This record gives sequence, C-alpha cells and structure tokens, in this order.
Amino acid sequence: MHAPLKRTATLAAVAALAATALAACSTPDAEGVPGVAEKTVTVGTHQPLTGPAAAGYASISAATAAYFKYLNDNGGIHGRTIEYIVKDDGYNPANTQTVVRQLVAEDKVFALLNGLGTPTHSTVLDYLQQQDVPDLFVASGSSTWNQPGKYPNTFGFNADYVTEGAALAKYAVEQKPDARVCVLGQDDDFGEGILQGVQSVVGPGGVTDAQTYSTSNEDVTAQIGAMKAAGCEVNVLGTINGFTALAIGTAAQLEWFPKWHVSSSGGDYPTLTGYLGAEVAPALLQGMVSANYLPFSPGGEWAELFTKINDQYNGGAPFTGNTVYGMSVGYLFAEALAAAGQDPTRDSLVAAVTSGKLVGNGIVPLSFGADDHAAFRGVGITLVDKGIQDYEGTTYNVADGVVTSVQPTPVPLANGGLPGR
Amino acid sequence: MDRLVFLLSSGLARGAVLALFALSLVIVWRSARVVNFAQAAMAITAVYAAFAITAASGSYWLGLLGALAAGALLGALVERGPLRFVRGDDPLSGMIIAIGLVMVLQAGLAMAFGPEHRPMRAPFPERPLMIGEIPVLSPYEVFVLIVAAAVMCALALLFGKTPLGLKLRAAAFAPETSRLLGVRVPRMVTIGWMLSVATAALAALLLVPTELGLNPHAADLLFVDAFAVAVVGGLDSPVGALAAGLIIGILDSLVTGYATAAAAPLAVLVLLTGVLLVRPRGLFAAADRRTG
Amino acid sequence: MNAPTARILRRAAVIALLAIAATFALDPFRNYQLAVAAACFAAVAGLSVLVGLTGQLSLGHAVLMAAGGYGYAITASAVAEALPGAPALAFLTGLLGAAVVAGALGLLLGLAAARLTGPYLAGLTLALVIALPSAANVIPALSGDQGRAAPFFAVPDGLASLIVVEQWHAWLAIAVAAVAVTPLVILRRGRGGLRMRAALGDETGARLAGVDPGRVKAGAFAMSALSAGLGGAVLALATQSVSPGAYGLGFSLLLVVAAVVGGLGSIGGAALGSALVVVLPWLVDTFAGTLPADLGRRLNGNLAVLLFGAVVIAVTAAAPGGLARLLGRLPRPASPRAATPTTEPHEPAQNPER
Repeated sequence: MHAPLKRTATLAAVAALAATALAACSTPDAEGVPGVAEKTVTVGTHQPLTGPAAAGYASISAATAAYFKYLNDNGGIHGRTIEYIVKDDGYNPANTQTVVRQLVAEDKVFALLNGLGTPTHSTVLDYLQQQDVPDLFVASGSSTWNQPGKYPNTFGFNADYVTEGAALAKYAVEQKPDARVCVLGQDDDFGEGILQGVQSVVGPGGVTDAQTYSTSNEDVTAQIGAMKAAGCEVNVLGTINGFTALAIGTAAQLEWFPKWHVSSSGGDYPTLTGYLGAEVAPALLQGMVSANYLPFSPGGEWAELFTKINDQYNGGAPFTGNTVYGMSVGYLFAEALAAAGQDPTRDSLVAAVTSGKLVGNGIVPLSFGADDHAAFRGVGITLVDKGIQDYEGTTYNVADGVVTSVQPTPVPLANGGLPGR
Repeated sequence: MDRLVFLLSSGLARGAVLALFALSLVIVWRSARVVNFAQAAMAITAVYAAFAITAASGSYWLGLLGALAAGALLGALVERGPLRFVRGDDPLSGMIIAIGLVMVLQAGLAMAFGPEHRPMRAPFPERPLMIGEIPVLSPYEVFVLIVAAAVMCALALLFGKTPLGLKLRAAAFAPETSRLLGVRVPRMVTIGWMLSVATAALAALLLVPTELGLNPHAADLLFVDAFAVAVVGGLDSPVGALAAGLIIGILDSLVTGYATAAAAPLAVLVLLTGVLLVRPRGLFAAADRRTG
Repeated sequence: MNAPTARILRRAAVIALLAIAATFALDPFRNYQLAVAAACFAAVAGLSVLVGLTGQLSLGHAVLMAAGGYGYAITASAVAEALPGAPALAFLTGLLGAAVVAGALGLLLGLAAARLTGPYLAGLTLALVIALPSAANVIPALSGDQGRAAPFFAVPDGLASLIVVEQWHAWLAIAVAAVAVTPLVILRRGRGGLRMRAALGDETGARLAGVDPGRVKAGAFAMSALSAGLGGAVLALATQSVSPGAYGLGFSLLLVVAAVVGGLGSIGGAALGSALVVVLPWLVDTFAGTLPADLGRRLNGNLAVLLFGAVVIAVTAAAPGGLARLLGRLPRPASPRAATPTTEPHEPAQNPER
C-alpha cells in the first residue's frame, strides 16, 4: 500500500507542476467586449425545448431566431449580424444553471435574451449579476426582474402577473359590478400574482373562491367542481395554455359555462385550439376574455410582417401568440442594440434600455427607465368572437394597485420592422 | 354534501384506472419477481401505437385493440430481451434494467414524436350524468369503471379457473417443482409479462383522454400513484391493488378538492409511509413470513 | 487511529490535492462542471455504498441532496446576514446545517428502510421524490418552486488575483466531497462494512452472530444521507440556489445511473460515474449543436438520456461491476453482490475504536 502512495505523490507533484504551467486557464483576465466581434453580436438564451414545458413554449425561441435571420438578411444592426444561441434547459433550474454558465463562460455571449421561466431564471440572476452580463427581457411576468437596485442589468418583458390579474378583474366588475369572481392559479408566483392583482380590485374578501393546481397533476376536476359549487360567475385564470384548455374543457364536461378571464400567458387562441381540437374550440372559447400587450391583431401590419417572416424564415410553423411574442422580443432587442451605439458595450446596452427611449411594438408604452425594469405597466383586453381573437378596445394602466382606463398607443410599423435605419 | 359526492365519484373513476395499472404491476411481480419501473414508459409506447392506429383508421376500438397487442408485444420483447440477463439471486438488477428502459423509451418517443401533447378523444361523452342537482359519473367514467371491472374479473377467472392460470401461478410460486411437472416456466414468465403490459397499456389508454394529451410522460404520475397503490395493497395481492386503488384515488380527489392540489402527493406519501411502517409488505400481504 | 484508517486518510488527502491542482488546467466553465461533478460524487458514493453493500435501492437520493441544499442555504444565509464579515463561518455552519437536515431525514428514512425489502423501499423513496415539489410548496421555509437563494462566496482577497470564482468553488467542492466520502471508505473497510455485508448476505445468520440487520441498514442509510446532503450543499454553493425542480425524478435516476455505471459499491467507480453524468449531456449538447436545427432540437436533451438508459442496461446485463471492474481496479469478488475494492482481509477484531 505504501508503494502506490509514493507513486501517487510523485504523480501529484508532476501534475501540480504541469498545472502551474497552465495556470493562465482559469485566472481572471481582461479583454474586449465579450460577444461583440467585427461582424457579429452573439447573444444567448435558455428555453425549454424538451420536458413538460416544451409543448407550450418551444416555439418562442424559434420565432425570435427567425426574426433575427430576417434582420441579418437585411444587414443586421450597425453592420453586425446577430448570432442567437438557444440552449435547452428542459425547464429544470439545474440545467439552467449549467447552460447559462456555458453561454457566458464558453460561448462568451454579449447578453442573455429572453431567458424563459420564473423558477429557472431566478436561479441565475445572481450569477449574471456577478458576471455583469446584461439580462434582457426575461420571459416571465414575475416582479423579481424589476429590482433595479439589486439587479441593475435585469429587465423583464411580460406585463407582470399582478398587473394582468388587476386588469382582468377590473374588466369583470366593469361588465357586471356584482359578479362573483373566482381565481384558478398555478401554485407558484404566477397564480399568486394573478390572485393578488384580482384582490387589489375586488378586495381580499371579494374573491368568492380561489383554487390552485400543480403542473404535475393534469386533473383539475376537483378544482373546477369546487368553483362551480361556489357559484362562480367570472373565473380569472392564472394558468398556462395547457391548463387553460383543461379548465375550460373540464367545466364544459360539467355543463358549466361561466366567463373566463385568462392571463396572456395562457390565453392564446391558436394554442388553445391545438389542445382542445379544432372542432370544439370555437364554441368552447367563444367570449373568452384575455389580456395582451403585443400587436397580434389579425390583419394588422405587425401581424402581417411577422406572418411573412414566419413563412420565409421559420418554415411556416403555426402562427400563434408565441410567434408574435418571440418576434417582438427580437425586435425590441434589435432596437436596444441599435440604440447602444456603433460599438456597443454591455454598459451602453443597459444604458440604452434604461434611457427610456426604446419604443418597442406594444400597444401600451414601454415603461423601462432608470428606476423601472418592468416592460409593460398596462394591458389591453382581448375577446374571442367567432374563432377570432382581437383587442376589444378597453386598455388599462395599473400603477400602485390602481387600475385606470387609458387609450391604447399602438406603434406604427416603420422600415419593415428593421430598427436602426 | 354535493361537493363530497362529486369528489367521491370523480375519485372513484381515477381509482379504477389506478387499480388497473397497479394490478398490472402485481401480475408482473407475481410472475417474474420484478418491479417493472418501465411499466409507464412501455404502456405509453403502446398508447402511441393506438394513437397512430386510431388516426389512420378513425376507429377508437381498433386503436384499443392495437394498444393491447402492442403492450403484449412489448412485454414479450422486454422479457425475452434485456431482462433475460437478470440474475436470479439479485433482485436489484431487474429494477435497474427497468430504469434504463424508462430512459431509452421516453427519450426515444420524444425524439420520434416531439414533446407536443397530442389530444386524444374519449369514445363516450365526458359530460356527467346528473342525479338531482349533483353531477356524478360521466358516460366515459362509467365506461372506464366497466372496462376496469371486466378486465379484473377476466384476469381473476384466468388465474383462478383455467389450466393456463394454474400453470402461471405454479411457475411463479414453485418454478423448480413446476419444471419437474412439465410446465414450461420461461414461457409462463413471458406470458405473465405480456398480460401485465397489455393491462398497463389499457389503463394508460383509459387515462389519457381525461388529461392534457398524449406525450412521453403522460403516464409518469399514474405509475407513481399506481406503484404506491400496489405497495400499499401488497405487491402479491390483486385484491389489495383493487382496494388500495380506490382508496388512493378517492384520497387524491378529496385532498385536492378540500385542501390544495399541491398537497395530494404529500398525502399519498404519508399514507404510504404509514401503511409500510405498520405492515411492511402492504395491507393485504399473505401471512407467509416466518423468518421475519 | 489504526494503520488502515491513517492510510485511507493520507490517500484521500493526496487525491484531493491532486484534484485541486487539476483545477488550474481547467477554464472557468470546466471548473464549474468539476464542482457539480464533486457534488454528484458525494451523493453517488453514498448511494453506491448503500446499494452495493446493503442491497437497499434508494430512488430518493436527489431528495437527500435537496435536504442538504436547503439546510445549507437556510443556515448559511442566516449566518451571512447576521455576520456579513465572516464568510468562512457562514460556509461552515451551512455545511453543518446541511449535514443535520440531510442526516435527520436519512435517519428517518433509514428507520423505515430497516423494515422494508427492496421494491417496497424503492417505492417509498420514489414517492418521496414525487412529493418534493409539493413539500416545497406546502412548507413556507422552502419558498415554493422558486426555491431559496444560497449566499455567494467570493474568492478570498489573498487569492483573488490568482483564481476566479469558479475555481475557488471547485476547491471548496473538492474539499467537501473529500470530507463527505472519506468516512464512507473508512466505514466500508472496517467493522461497519462487514456488518453491512453480513446483513445483506444472510439476515438470519447475521442475527445469530449478534448483528442487528435493522440497525445496520438504518445506520447505512443515515451515513449515505449525510454524504448526499453534503453533496447537496456543494451544489447549492456552486449554483447559489436550491429549488425543487433541480432535484426531480430525472436527476434522482441519474444518480442511480452513475452508481450503476461506475460499479455498485465502488468509490472510484462513483467518481467515474459522476463525471460521466456531468460530461455526457454536455458532449451530446455540443454534438447536437453541429446538426441541422430541427434534428438538433429533437436530439438535444433526449439523446443523452437515451444513451444513459442504454448504458445502464448494457452494464447491468453484460458487465455487472461497472466501469470500476472494467478498468481493472476491482478483482472479481467471490459473490457477485459483494463488490469491494479492497483486497486485504478485513480485520475488525483489531480495530480498537468502536
């Protein structure tokens, strides 16, 4: 046993010597701007391409990538094309940790763009902060992203869940002041945010029944049965698309047809039709109320441009709310990159967002500023009628828990959706 | 009271599916002394076959037959394939090979068909029948209950009253003696596997239309719950699977309805721990342990 | 301290130093992977000893890691907040917290496990894994799906010009893994290991010889849980977070894969298996990136799982004993179950301690 020990000791000494020779590998270094080369800017994202969340969200990054291809074919931004690296994290926070480190340390991305999911993305916030990586337009409506003091480089994209909950409840009581309002929410910050928003409008005691579901259990019969028994008239849903379909389908099985007011994260008509089947969806979803802030209106100029890009650069994948969402994210990033100057740095990119000068393409103004890292402070109400989902006209702004009616401010399409021209 | 009746009846239908799946685990345990951790993955593979057949032919019933056939075939393939390497003295290797199979099948399905949920229609309406003002069972749930009951009766008859059943039981309980008496033990084990996986495929096929849609992980939770059912009932006991299936199905429904959805798996864990601490081989374990 | 124990300690110290020296040859991302592999190694070594020596298959080691991670995150955060100037103290109390929480859970499970045979124990631990997200949602201290943040420990000032944070964390990870695994090696080659093998081989015989199989099994489970819990603490250190989604069934099965592929009962095999489960997904991901987008997307994330499954089946069917045996580190043991890397006769009677 002693001979091998000696051998290992010698080995250790040799290895240590060799290691010292290679010591440059992990020592701190300084270089140019990571991810920005002469002709390219490299950005990365973490998305669920496999696993349980893939069905609902895998199409977002494909749409963003398609928009970037369109942009690159038309000259990119300041002569640089955008390389978009999409890493699969399977919606598992442990994988998010790994792939984000890979993006930052190996692929040397300039910024992280549209990392998807609250439980996934919240585990990399500190790391991105330590590495000083711009963390733009997180794909989640959690208010976690809006902490300019703690995370000066992190910015959200979705209207936050509390805002959506408040707007959906406000619309409900404006339609029928004494309506019995109930909430079905996912058992995380999504459902809690929606519930909190609803309570800010109807009061904590004004919610007739609040139920939760867990994504691991695809059976909401018990919850829907309880809500029916409680006599709910308007159900505000803080649910992802699959569970919206499940809730509405289950209620229909119980011969129950209340009003559905659904968060933008789970109220996309084409996606819901995919779950429910094209035969029954128009009838089941007739009159469904949802919230949105992006220019998805069928026949609108943005939707037409995005449809064209989708056909040409995304292999004609189904055109859904995710397509509009993914391309809008790409457009906003292109705008920020253009505003970051001829030779962008990480600081100038973040400064471009906090300047408050970005316009985006939302139907309500972007609220980014030095003290505000949330993208949208308001939403428009949408309705489904005869199989077509579109804005109804009502638009709300939510500030400090107060919901006020405002006029929508759609952004006209200019330069073929190519910023920086 | 309305709510209690409603929750009980929806728990009953889920319990029947659970019991059926748990029964499939009991069959394979009794015939091969293996806990098949790959049961859910194999069952879902068979359901994909049913989905393809139904899509091509337009007939739910052809799809159902397809699922049974595909399940039986898969059972035979797995038993004749990787599981032939399990050494008799080592209960671990069977479990570990099954875990490997789960990974291969689920990843293979996801690569072949993508992660999308594919909607599957139930062959009967899912609107519940009303008794007075209270919604009780839907025609589809009645269908599920009838199928589950019929399959259980058929299996009970097969094992209890037919020569094949006698051979199956003999091969499982006394393989050496059976071989001496001319029973082809390996063939009996294969038949046990075929019966088991076909039953599991049927249970998964009954479950999928009530959920979001067909995907490679659609039966994962069913397996975990059914495994808990089989363990609570006793892995050797078909009656235990039936009783525990109904208990856990109803428990799940009541906890979700009266507490929150998140608490249901915890309730199952608590029940499982409690039962195992009192009766380490399940509620309906045969009293055959002398050495402890 | 007797001679064999001293030998094991010396060997552990040399290997740990060697590993720390190796971190200089790695870039920051590789060092992060090394830290994750060290975390897995602590858990897999515990699991491997448990399964290989006592025959108890646990599918719930991810939960024991999570317990350690939560224990670490809660304790270390509390200390770091109360005493911002003492990161070393926060880290060490965090480790203590991890050991206490994981050890307590492991002991509870072990007491249950002592009464259960193979499939029943596997079922119980499986239900435990599935219940973890529920527990995180029901117990307020665990903060639901988002999980808890663990404090960030920067490189100490004296080293800051020499190494980056990933390498520093790799050092800490290696040190903790050494502390977690070495007792397992000592335990296994001493009287404890003999008792475990006795309890596995013939319960009645063991009982006649005065060994209580129940207590041995419970003790083995608790030891294994301690090691896994420290592994969870390392993971929380490297990633600065603990959340239920990171410790799901997939990860738990991966730990089993690592133990099986490395060779059940073998510590060296556990190290190889852990490295494999960290590196293979990354390799496959790199490979998938070179394929056309659509094909790449299909393979991404799935191909690694498929390969793991195939390897597990192949190893179990064709090469029981795993990588450790294939690489010749292990002599073929007399019984197929008692895979042990030490060849010397065991000398329990000469062991003055315990």
